[in-house]
Amino acid sequence: MKNILAVLTVVAAIIAFWYAACVPMNIKGVLDQAERAGATVTPATAKERRDMGSFGLVATNTFAIADTWAQDRPRLPAPHQVAVELWKTTVEKKITSKRSLIYHGQVTLSATLLGFAIGTGLGILLAVGIVHSKVMDMSVMPWAIVSQTIPIIALAPMIIVVLYSIGVQGILPKAIISAYLSFFPVVVGMVKGLRSPDHMQLDLLKTYNASTSQGFWKLRLPSSLPYLFASLKIGIAASLVGAIVGELPTGAVAGLGARLLAGSYYGQTVQIWSALFAAAILAALLVALLGLIERLVLKRMGMSA
Amino acid sequence: MTNETTPQASSSQAVVEARDLNLVFETNDGPVQALKDVNLTINKGDFVSFIGPSGCGKTTFLRVMAALEHPTSGSITVNGMTPDEARQKRAYGYVFQAAGLYPWRSIAKNIKLPLEIMGYSKEEQDKRVAQVLDLVELSGFGGKYPWQLSGGMQQRASIARALAFDADILLMDEPFGALDEIVRDHLNEQLLKLWARTDKTIGFVTHSIPEAVYLSTKIVVMSPRPGRITDVIESTLPKERPLDIRDSQEFIDIAHRVREGLRAGHSDDA
Repeated sequence: MKNILAVLTVVAAIIAFWYAACVPMNIKGVLDQAERAGATVTPATAKERRDMGSFGLVATNTFAIADTWAQDRPRLPAPHQVAVELWKTTVEKKITSKRSLIYHGQVTLSATLLGFAIGTGLGILLAVGIVHSKVMDMSVMPWAIVSQTIPIIALAPMIIVVLYSIGVQGILPKAIISAYLSFFPVVVGMVKGLRSPDHMQLDLLKTYNASTSQGFWKLRLPSSLPYLFASLKIGIAASLVGAIVGELPTGAVAGLGARLLAGSYYGQTVQIWSALFAAAILAALLVALLGLIERLVLKRMGMSA
Repeated sequence: MTNETTPQASSSQAVVEARDLNLVFETNDGPVQALKDVNLTINKGDFVSFIGPSGCGKTTFLRVMAALEHPTSGSITVNGMTPDEARQKRAYGYVFQAAGLYPWRSIAKNIKLPLEIMGYSKEEQDKRVAQVLDLVELSGFGGKYPWQLSGGMQQRASIARALAFDADILLMDEPFGALDEIVRDHLNEQLLKLWARTDKTIGFVTHSIPEAVYLSTKIVVMSPRPGRITDVIESTLPKERPLDIRDSQEFIDIAHRVREGLRAGHSDDA
């Protein structure tokens, strides 16, 4: 109960701050509109208002505060505007509609999941190689690290162009960008996990004259699962970012990234913000789902975290 | 193997023979002589304790027997083979200070681990698990998970795991070191019974003088820097040993000799 109260307090504080921020952010637009509609505004001309600070304008035109939360195309939309837009584009639209966020969300989700699967598979394979081969440890790991220092926003268009030129388009290029972001946490976590059995455990297997593959399946792999799950949670969120970024440079017509892009072309800030929130909610759901699977699996394995 | 007709003949058969064994670890602070000129013979059916302060090489010697470390010079044979060959023939079970059971396996499945690795059939696995669980008095606990068992029971399960395959040498590295004294007494008593029933050869590393004297037919006293054997005491205690034998004069005399040996080893590094 105490926890819920604390959480609600934080949420309330964020929303209050958000509403407060809308006032100075949107005041100029509101006043310009009001002037055109014939209301008395101080100062009277747009030129004079441009030289004044936002807070000063709020102080001299307190009547306009309410309007800063109700503009059509505000610089910063108010929380309830985003909430209404989210409601309209999810619950009130048919899923097949091009304006439904559910429709766009599932386009992005399918690329995310495919990319996540590719990235996780690749990450696990690389980790197995790195743990068992010193050469791979020294040759692959540095490249894996370097790969993550390149901004994905710079790399994504190149990946898409290169793949397009060899005839690959559709979901796969997005999934590959997704995989590019998600394989790294899996490699790092899995390497650590596969190396987590202590000397005693490894010595014990040695006394049984166990082979490397027996050691892998019976000891290393089960021991690595808690580490793997921690990495998967980071990986799935990174996958979603990858899929969205992959939609930006292609001028894709569907997906949360396309929705973001279209919103920014037409100055539809409410649409941008609702797409952002949709992405955040999707990421939270995916991470929560993984958390649930993690709890079930580790509990069954007697390693509840 | 020819004259196994009398127990005396079989008990004098050498299982482990170490001759002029030396082991030097290269560390960042220079070489460390972990074992120096170690000569020791362990006969079949012996219960040999290795006792001495930290760094005396008792664990190292056990690990050399198990081919987990390799000597720098000298020779050692286990069942007439090199330790590596003996390992491939599954000559020994090893028990570490921590039970080291897999948390994701039940007790029975933990005991099956070496059997799976060595390729025993399913029926054979089940039969052996039942056998060794009975041997360590854990029948009925096979379906439990390690976290459901006390520390002493976990250690018994790890002993069962080492007994599950047919190793005739059991190497134990301070197996009861992490347990309290009451549990330890109980496990010592059980271990002796188990030894009597199975006729295994046991190498046992310990810090405790009473434990060493109570359990062993042969006590190897070691001292550090360099790790070496300072005394080998053949116990005169009977094979049948109730716990109160520890109050007998004979027991006290042997314990005294062990203490003397430990002190002698210490005096020359002062």
